[in-house]
Amino acid sequence: MGGAADRAPGATRRSVLGGAAASVLARPALGGARPRVVVVGGGFGGATAARELARGGADVTLVEASEAYVSCPFSNAVIAGLRGIDAQVLGYDALGRAGLRLVRGTASGVDPAARRVDLGDGTALPYDRLVLSPGIDLRFDVLPGYDADAVTAMPHAWRAGEQTVLLARQLAAMPEGGTVVLSAPANPYRCPPGPYERASLIAHFLKTRKPRAKLILLDAKDSFSKQKLFEPAWAALYPDVLEYVPLASGGQVAAVDPAAMIVRTDFADYKADVACIIPPQRAGRIAARAGCADRSGWCPIDPVTFESRLVPGIHVIGDAAIAGAMPKSAFSANAQGKVCAQAVLDLLDGREPESPRLINTCYSLVAPGYGISVAGVFRPTDGLLADVPGAGGISPPDAPAAVRAREAAYAESWYRTITGAVFG
Amino acid sequence: MRAAHSASLFAVVAALGSVPARSDAARPPAGASSCTGCHAAGAAMGALDGRTEAEIADALAAFRSGARPATIMNRIATGFDERESRAVAAWFAARGAR
Ligand code: HEC
Repeated sequence: MGGAADRAPGATRRSVLGGAAASVLARPALGGARPRVVVVGGGFGGATAARELARGGADVTLVEASEAYVSCPFSNAVIAGLRGIDAQVLGYDALGRAGLRLVRGTASGVDPAARRVDLGDGTALPYDRLVLSPGIDLRFDVLPGYDADAVTAMPHAWRAGEQTVLLARQLAAMPEGGTVVLSAPANPYRCPPGPYERASLIAHFLKTRKPRAKLILLDAKDSFSKQKLFEPAWAALYPDVLEYVPLASGGQVAAVDPAAMIVRTDFADYKADVACIIPPQRAGRIAARAGCADRSGWCPIDPVTFESRLVPGIHVIGDAAIAGAMPKSAFSANAQGKVCAQAVLDLLDGREPESPRLINTCYSLVAPGYGISVAGVFRPTDGLLADVPGAGGISPPDAPAAVRAREAAYAESWYRTITGAVFG
Repeated sequence: MRAAHSASLFAVVAALGSVPARSDAARPPAGASSCTGCHAAGAAMGALDGRTEAEIADALAAFRSGARPATIMNRIATGFDERESRAVAAWFAARGAR
């Protein structure tokens, strides 16, 4: 799993996991030093950008702290016992062979004037352009009671990995007739339909495995992604299992008490056997340290190049970016990684980047074999990424079961394709 | 697809060192890089590389008009007009031929 380099015990120097980039590049520079691009974050956005930049001839260093990536799409199926966590684990071996330098480490700071990324161990990485794809930081400073220690009693499972497995175990161990409480945050956050897919698959798990158990979904908002598809499906499939409490009915969580397993709103205390709290989020920490995050905690960008509006020379992609109408999803991050890499290559080449067009699609499962989707096509409009009018939208509300089954199969195919393209 | 590039604006950054010059053919037309998020060899949504320009452009036109039933391509094809669709189609056709 993951890169091979062993780290000597107690060693503080970074491990260089990938091969020496220069010798394996398909297209070496014809003259002069190749421009250096540092990419921070090896998720769907960063890994895509790094690959594309290397393919385009840049001297690429990808900084990633983890040995392997555990991907979020389909992790709700793991929580519901429908899939093993192994299917979510994607190694970095192939990326290490993609003509780029893979550095295991954590970026601790950026000096935009000196064009340098500092790693926690003292390593400095100079760059001509920097791409940040740091994903999200979960906020443990806004919801009373939900601090970093609360995640064991009340997992968020909003970054896949141990948390995913923990929530799956807690659900499996729950007594019959128990109560699950799941809370969804206000916008914006990673994966807008994610909490509702999670609610669906947990409801499926309860219906099939835990007689008389209930799921209460507390929401800090009144409307959500694919609502016109989720709500009728819930009414048809899980009428006695899933209770949805929107903001208007008191769904906003005001505090949690992990020791007592109580989720509190302004109107009621919910005693939970299993509680999953999806907290508010912001851009991954390095974005703020680099000066790229605004007061919202997210990163304003130019929609053509994904260059930060706050710090020149730094591009921000994926969940961390304020991408206008484009949702924070793996599909978006992948599409943005490609467009951003092209723009960075153009800028380094002295060419003006062309106005791009990007697609997003989020598939969700309402039950096994029951897939739905939302799609969008986006282009820069008035300084933001905006929907192309007339395009995109959700699956038809009245589609027959055969279409839902086809979408479920397409969802799986999409996952195999994208993970193969980025990590394979 | 073959927009003029104003190099002068960006000459300063170019001095930092430059990537090998790439021909316009290597630059995907707007939107094309997103298609391969789904379409690939071996996927349920098959590869687009190597299909003819007419095959791809006609399919996109049929998805756009609603003449051809789809789970999702109708929602995607409507994001591209006739000219944009043709540029994307030509690019995939050329990629497959290489
Ligand atoms: C979210 C996944 C997804 C994306 C992104 C996507 N497609 Fe598709 N494509 C499909 C699916 C699924 C089908 C099968 C028809 C359907 O159900 O919509 C399809 C079918 C097609 C076909 C017909 C293939 C055949 O066998 O005749 C063409 C051509 C096509 N797509 C082109 C494109 C182009 C060009 C783009 C980018 C602008 C694109 N697609 C982006 C999912 C996708």
